[in-house]
Amino acid sequence: MKILVAVKRVVDYNVKVRVKADGTGVETANVKMSMNPFDEIAVEEAVRLKEAGKATEIVVVSVGPTQAQETLRTALAMGADRAILVQHDGETQSLGVAKALKALAEKEQPGLVILGKQAIDDDANQTGQMLAALLGWAQGTFASKVVPAEGTVAVTREIDGGLETVELKLPAVVTTDLRLNEPRYASLPNIMKAKKKPLEVVDAVGLGVDLTPRLKTLKVVEPAKRAGGIKVGSVEELVAKLKTEARVI
Amino acid sequence: MTTILVIAEPSAEGVKAPTLTTLGAAAKLGGAVHVLVLGQGVAGVADATAKIAGVAKVLVADAAELAHGLAENVAPLVVGLVKSGGYSHVLAPSTTFGKNVAPRVAALLDVAQISDITGVESPDTFTRPIYAGNAIATVQSLDPVKVATVRGTAFEAVQATGGSAAVEAVSGAADAGLSTFVGNEVSKSERPELTSARVIVSGGRGMQSGDNFHLLEALADKLGAAVGASRAAVDAGFVPNDYQVGQTGKIVAPELYIAVGISGAIQHLAGMKDSKVIVAINKDEEAPIFQIADYGLVADLFKAVPELTGQV
Ligand SMILES: Cc1cc2nc3c(=O)[nH]c(=O)nc-3n(C[C@H](O)[C@H](O)[C@H](O)COP(=O)(O)OP(=O)(O)OC[C@H]3O[C@@H](n4cnc5c(N)ncnc54)[C@H](O)[C@@H]3O)c2cc1C
Ligand SMILES: Nc1ncnc2c1ncn2[C@@H]1O[C@H](COP(=O)(O)O)[C@@H](O)[C@H]1O
Repeated sequence: MKILVAVKRVVDYNVKVRVKADGTGVETANVKMSMNPFDEIAVEEAVRLKEAGKATEIVVVSVGPTQAQETLRTALAMGADRAILVQHDGETQSLGVAKALKALAEKEQPGLVILGKQAIDDDANQTGQMLAALLGWAQGTFASKVVPAEGTVAVTREIDGGLETVELKLPAVVTTDLRLNEPRYASLPNIMKAKKKPLEVVDAVGLGVDLTPRLKTLKVVEPAKRAGGIKVGSVEELVAKLKTEARVI
Repeated sequence: MTTILVIAEPSAEGVKAPTLTTLGAAAKLGGAVHVLVLGQGVAGVADATAKIAGVAKVLVADAAELAHGLAENVAPLVVGLVKSGGYSHVLAPSTTFGKNVAPRVAALLDVAQISDITGVESPDTFTRPIYAGNAIATVQSLDPVKVATVRGTAFEAVQATGGSAAVEAVSGAADAGLSTFVGNEVSKSERPELTSARVIVSGGRGMQSGDNFHLLEALADKLGAAVGASRAAVDAGFVPNDYQVGQTGKIVAPELYIAVGISGAIQHLAGMKDSKVIVAINKDEEAPIFQIADYGLVADLFKAVPELTGQV
């Protein structure tokens, strides 16, 4: 079984983002960029399935600017076999990305597509579900366990009340949650090897896909700030404040 | 014309809190509000939904194929209703159910989905948090149908009573033949649900073990509170995944949030910084959680929490 994994280049999760003064977005110039953490988990899962003999080839895909090639190289260093960049310089939105991934899935015929559950920049949590819809495939979202079998895959999902297990017909789409695995760090020899792995660059037009945003961002502002609080000296003082000042207990 | 289809949070037990807050967002849009109640054995829930203030019509889809809310079966049903009913808006709660289903619906309609709306500026323009809530975007949908998920903490719940909507059965539910429900492990608790609790006591890595969460449970019992956790506490196996509060967990905004042994990473703050009153108990006076806490107590939690439980 071939596995397709979608990886997005995003502002690193450790960066405290700043809203641009002109309100058009957040500052991304000279900011550390990394692979979306949920996508690291997706790559790791694919690599583990391959190591377990359940997958034969791992193709990683990103839709984004030239620099997204670095993200793809990281995935190759983690163990993916080859990469495809859908080169696109403007904003990407979930529906457009899902359409690009659909076009690639139709070409590559994977048994499984693994995505992150959420990109930590737009916090959309949509692309996997949209891709599954467009392909007419099953979706195992927010996965904390993925067990492929003959023609099916059992996916344990993190849901509001706890955990739920579903069985999906293959091919299927899976999106990763935090507890699925702990991604490995790429070793130096693997980083070197990754430089030689194939990385193909295509564009949306070539795929016959329209990436035009459907949502127009009118403005981006900072959230309301909380007024600063105080430190209390003791549990007694805390209880007194909660009772008489805040009146919440 | 604005006509809104709200997909109710499925439950065979009754109307769920996220349905009421999603209806709060629908009310801001103006226009006729219809609610889709789906599941198996949900006639009673449909009747209760018909009593919610401001609901014009309840559509009830009661079928075995919908028993577990599988997206593969739910989405085509919703798409059918949108096409036949001419809805301009589809709203679902930002629960794991809503997040699973709404994008599938949107893609089948070839429209964008707007995630986690926190404000309604006009029928096509919404605010939503991005970058773990460190920025708020105002977005306008250019699509004929607006499909959105609604962040419950951002909207006032509508009254559960006072309405008398008509209830109409809808057919057309089918098994897409793509997925089957195998089983679940649902956390059982006598405590209030995290997302609707008035008070939350949350523990982090500082708790050191799952056993030590008994300290928080004792405090929570005294306060009638729900118990939550940071990602680190869940990853360490102290508590189940559904306790996680944060950017990629549950978003909460109780009257009182007590963070115990939690450092205050931005991903955690994203899930709780809209709480009315925040208390932090941490032995590190430099912990970032103190920057947003109304009341900070620099102390060893193993001493402070039992003391607090004794005094409230
Ligand atoms: C993609 C992604 C998504 C994430 N999503 C979430 C999310 O949804 N929710 C979330 O919470 N995190 C999330 N995180 C993780 C987040 O970045 C932090 O790692 C996490 O919140 C830290 O948890 P913590 O505060 O419990 O642990 P730590 O940061 O280790 O803090 C423990 C605190 O306990 C204090 N402490 C220790 N012992 C005691 C004691 N005896 N008495 C008092 N205080 C004590 C310490 O001083 C310290 O401040 C995410 C991270 C990533 C990369
Ligand atoms: N531009 C992109 N390129 C590749 N994959 C993406 C892109 N955008 C989103 N994805 C995938 O879709 C997942 C969910 O993203 P989102 O729906 O934007 O929250 C991510 O974790 C990625 O796996």
